[in-house]
Amino acid sequence: MYQAKIYITLRQSVLDPQGSAVTRSLHAMGYENIKDVRVGRYLVVEVDAAGREAAEEQVHDMCKKLLANPVIEDYTFELVEV
Amino acid sequence: MKFGVVVFPGSNCDADCFNAVKAVLDQPVEYIWHKSNSVEGFDCIILPGGFSYGDYLRAGAIARFSPVMEAVIEFAHRGGLVIGICNGFQVLLEAGLLPGAMRRNDSLQFICDDTYLKVENADTAFTALWQPGQVIKIPVAHGDGNYYCDENTLKELQQNNQVVFRYCSPAGEVTAQANPNGSIDNIAGVCNKQGNVLGMMPHPERCAEKILGNDDGAMLFKSILAAWQRRVK
Repeated sequence: MYQAKIYITLRQSVLDPQGSAVTRSLHAMGYENIKDVRVGRYLVVEVDAAGREAAEEQVHDMCKKLLANPVIEDYTFELVEV
Repeated sequence: MKFGVVVFPGSNCDADCFNAVKAVLDQPVEYIWHKSNSVEGFDCIILPGGFSYGDYLRAGAIARFSPVMEAVIEFAHRGGLVIGICNGFQVLLEAGLLPGAMRRNDSLQFICDDTYLKVENADTAFTALWQPGQVIKIPVAHGDGNYYCDENTLKELQQNNQVVFRYCSPAGEVTAQANPNGSIDNIAGVCNKQGNVLGMMPHPERCAEKILGNDDGAMLFKSILAAWQRRVK
């Protein structure tokens, strides 16, 4: 059994209105050294797969089809055996 | 002409769309439950506004995999008329029937207000009864209506005249100030290359009768019927 920790954020080329608002808020609080904030989603997915490679392939597939929207979003994930 | 209004769990403008077809056109209209796997017998499919699947994951992302969407995609590829309004537009984007994606409004606020739109393309089945460049007033109600596509796609949209509506001032000026949500190029509605699939964030069904205080939206429904009548002839 594997556990995929999937991180989805807006692509760098896409303006992130939530991230901008959080950045401005942090600046207002005095954290002036904060250069950028990207807000995203975090998913934990349990995958019952025969091996690491199969699990990885499946997670990529799911990210591309449903979990992330490739037009505006990037995804990364960590896969750990559990 | 037979209209079908798709109902996803969480759709909330389905009855308004149904009523607009009845009241404006007096044409047959039926609801299509999202689990149906056929749109046989329909001449125009309306994907209504609302919060399908609670907007979980992304607006429209889960609805796009409803059984009915396979039939809708096939119907669209055969040239069938499909219009997605608000959440319906988001579903069309997720389904890949229209290019681009929706981001959260740049103000991060849910906007429920009248907007002015410029009819940029009056050559589609959905807009033919308007004058090119005509300014109309149609309300929006959305939190994720900030349309985005990459530069190449935008160029393509412009070249093919696929930008159907732009947000504008009451006088028809397309300005940043008139843009309620941050959409790229003030885009409020786009169609596919073939012109048989339209997505728009504003709600024509909410302003299709005089009794609602505004009937600018009626022209969209009348255009669809007129286009279909021309086709059938």
